[in-house]
Amino acid sequence: MTSAGDIARAVRAGARSALDVVEEHLAAVTRDDGELHAFNLVLGEEARAAAEEVDRRVSAGEDPGPLAGVPVALKDNLCTRGVPTTCSSRILDGWRPPYDATVVGRLRDAGAVVVGKTNMDEFAMGSSTENSAFGPTRNPRDPSRVPGGSSGGSAAAVAAGFAPLALGSDTGGSIRQPAALCGVVGVKPTYGLVSRYGLVAFASSLDQIGPFAASVADAALLLETIAGHDPADSTSLPRPAPALGDVLDEGVDGLRIGVLRELVDGADADVAGRVTEAAAALEAAGAKVGEASVPSTSLGLSAYYLIATAEASSNLARYDGVRYGLRVDGDDVNAMYGATRAAGFGAEVKRRIMLGTYALSAGYYDAYYGQAQRVRTLIIRELEAVYSSYDALLAPTTPTTAFELGAKTDDPLAMYLSDVCTVPSNLAGHPAVSVPYGKGDDGLPVGVQVMAPALAEATMFRAAAALERSLS
Amino acid sequence: MTERWEMVVGLEVHCELATATKLLCGCRNAFGDEPNTNVCPVCLGLPGSLPVLNRQAVDLAMRVGLALRCSVVPSIFHRKNYFYPDMPKDYQVSQYDEPLNVGGWLELPDGSRVGVTRAHMEEDTGKTTHVGGGGGRIHGADHSLVDYNRAGVPLVEIVSEPDIRSPDQAKAYVNELRAILVAIGASDARMEEGSLRVDANISMRPVGTSAYGTRAEIKNMNSVRSLGRALEYEARRQVGLLDTGEAVVQETRHWDEDEGRTSSMRSKEEAYDYRYFPEPDLVPLAPSEEWLAGVGAALPALPADRRLALAGVAGVAVTEPSVATVVSQGLDELVSAAVGAGADGRLALNRAANELAHKQAPDAAPFAKVLLMEGEGRLTATQAKAVLAELVAAGGDPEDIARRKGFEAMGGDVVAAAVDAAIAAHPAEWERFAGGEAKLAGFFVGKVMAATAGKADGKAVTALLRERVGR
Repeated sequence: MTSAGDIARAVRAGARSALDVVEEHLAAVTRDDGELHAFNLVLGEEARAAAEEVDRRVSAGEDPGPLAGVPVALKDNLCTRGVPTTCSSRILDGWRPPYDATVVGRLRDAGAVVVGKTNMDEFAMGSSTENSAFGPTRNPRDPSRVPGGSSGGSAAAVAAGFAPLALGSDTGGSIRQPAALCGVVGVKPTYGLVSRYGLVAFASSLDQIGPFAASVADAALLLETIAGHDPADSTSLPRPAPALGDVLDEGVDGLRIGVLRELVDGADADVAGRVTEAAAALEAAGAKVGEASVPSTSLGLSAYYLIATAEASSNLARYDGVRYGLRVDGDDVNAMYGATRAAGFGAEVKRRIMLGTYALSAGYYDAYYGQAQRVRTLIIRELEAVYSSYDALLAPTTPTTAFELGAKTDDPLAMYLSDVCTVPSNLAGHPAVSVPYGKGDDGLPVGVQVMAPALAEATMFRAAAALERSLS
Repeated sequence: MTERWEMVVGLEVHCELATATKLLCGCRNAFGDEPNTNVCPVCLGLPGSLPVLNRQAVDLAMRVGLALRCSVVPSIFHRKNYFYPDMPKDYQVSQYDEPLNVGGWLELPDGSRVGVTRAHMEEDTGKTTHVGGGGGRIHGADHSLVDYNRAGVPLVEIVSEPDIRSPDQAKAYVNELRAILVAIGASDARMEEGSLRVDANISMRPVGTSAYGTRAEIKNMNSVRSLGRALEYEARRQVGLLDTGEAVVQETRHWDEDEGRTSSMRSKEEAYDYRYFPEPDLVPLAPSEEWLAGVGAALPALPADRRLALAGVAGVAVTEPSVATVVSQGLDELVSAAVGAGADGRLALNRAANELAHKQAPDAAPFAKVLLMEGEGRLTATQAKAVLAELVAAGGDPEDIARRKGFEAMGGDVVAAAVDAAIAAHPAEWERFAGGEAKLAGFFVGKVMAATAGKADGKAVTALLRERVGR
């Protein structure tokens, strides 16, 4: 498999044609995606046209940009101008955004070639990509297993070689968890580092767009391209994209790494074992490794499922049949709302809208939403305290390796527990990356998570790159 | 009614800010454009769109706060969640428990003060037209048309304390608020175009008590006049209930302008649970000291200050109604200039209030000249008004206008001759007038006016008549 960096270098140098690159990847999609179903929509024609434009610019002596000719898969909650953006939901039937998400525009400006929109849990609500109105995605490492979720299609697309790069969104682990389960790199950047403009919202205070790639270097390249201030997003931080490519080889000599006890203790033994090995590898590379504790991480999942559902109940109110997407007629406007939303949303989305509506209701607000926000503050304080002793933390990305399709679909709580290791970073707004690190007892990939304080992406990528090197 | 019961009213006034663009996007903020032309992904609430706060809207909202003597404080935005077709996101971005402006007051022309609890920022909804059935209301309509041009237009909601005690005071409050909003350039404040909308909370309590009664909220009043009518009606309705021992129900009521009555819209139990929570797509709003100071420094003189200044210049009490009229008409500078040029203050005030209101104001110099001519007795009151009317209509020099109209000064001897001629021509009436029938003075003044083609001064004629009787 060729890396994104190698493809871009070759295309920019005129050594490879972007069209050839795209054709190779589209051929892989044609061959394998019938079984895997990573894509909701493959944009073959558009991708070929974009690749030809890249080739034309190269032959005209222009530089198409740092991702020249690199195929990229987009999670289907990222708005693409004129191209259906479904969030894997029936409720957005027929809707075509009149605009590109900011990140999509930046990818196009960098010469990347969008090859398709990837499957996901409906409105990013789920941890297995089984909550899709268009059917589940399968894990390329073992098609009987789920790819994780909610960005399962993007993770699978990279793992299957359909595209060297993909974008997902991470609200409670939706990039890192499928990255771990599919054996690829997945990054949740600092909240506000990447513009959310054009990302269909699930939980606005937690959502963050981030990269999938087969290597840490490719993930850094993609993050550099999409990050940086966007005036269209009020929560976008007023700072430029970090320079990450330069730090990958700096090593971890002297870095203080804490192994997050609570999350390691809660993981399966084989997964916990890989984290311990990862810690040892970093120590061998010169890091100072110790044990860290953030006791309130045990409360994180409950707080997360109140805050995320509360925000979702409001964010998803607009799907009412009045302006776009599905409309099911009723006798009056309230009946139309009810019929449209009953037909348009899947069970998990309805469950979370009800949970969130309840959490915000008069008389319950303080006990649920208010209390969850206090827990959020507590976790942030505890993490800040830990980061006075450590530069980064090490933890499992998920408690288990990829589970079988259908294993948790009847038990929402068991499914929610898949996010226990990832939600603290979202609640805190901190960055985290999942790096593939060996296999579980079942032979399936294990992801090790490097967590860092806000805007410490450079430190985080140094540790991630060191982990990756230790395996080679 | 008013002997036993006291009215307690608080007003919620929604005011559209006169910004160039909407509150959270770059679409034009304009009234009357073709429906659904000033729209974009943000104000249509399209999936993935995000709001960005309009700096000019904050600027104007701070102006409103300062003009209402509020404290301008760090604030945040909330989402107010409810489903309605003219609200694209099915939530309204508003301010809730941490508003921008808190704790001010408004001083009315009669000198009373009404407390202002808060003046917070929020976005307007679109406008729905219900077609067929239901008399323009959603229930019973065949279908509805929605215009999203107004969706996202910036509003300030100004909430008063329950300090208002009469329909007249409520009307005076709204008039004064409009005057302020216009004076500071925050809004055109036109109730008929909906850029100013008033809801009223009203309850009644026994005179002499301090606890509040159960209130009703009245909506859909489209003018200051209908606000007064609605409050009068609602007070009568509530007193009718209370006098017969029935309870007032806490509810929202709809004012029907044609029927002249209120009717129940929804009870407290049916009230929406808005599920307010902090808007995660916007950051906290904390205007810097410099920004706030700059807004304060640029604030023009407010109507209350201008009334005080004008009353001083004219030498009258500030509560004199013509003072408020002149200020609300923006004629106070003209009056001050005329007084500066030597005109009598009260005369300048009255002529401006009565002859120039709702008209194109004349230049200060000719206005002052007319007043001086009148003051010197060269023009009668009637003549002065006629000259002013001509000045407003066509401009020109007051001397020329008076000359053209034949208003040259009329000598006292000519008037006296006309008075004597009128007495001689009507001996029977004169007998009665001399015998004490004072109202016949008007008869003789009329005769003299007819004889002099209106050029005689009525007051001078009356004085001559009295003189003749005394002789």
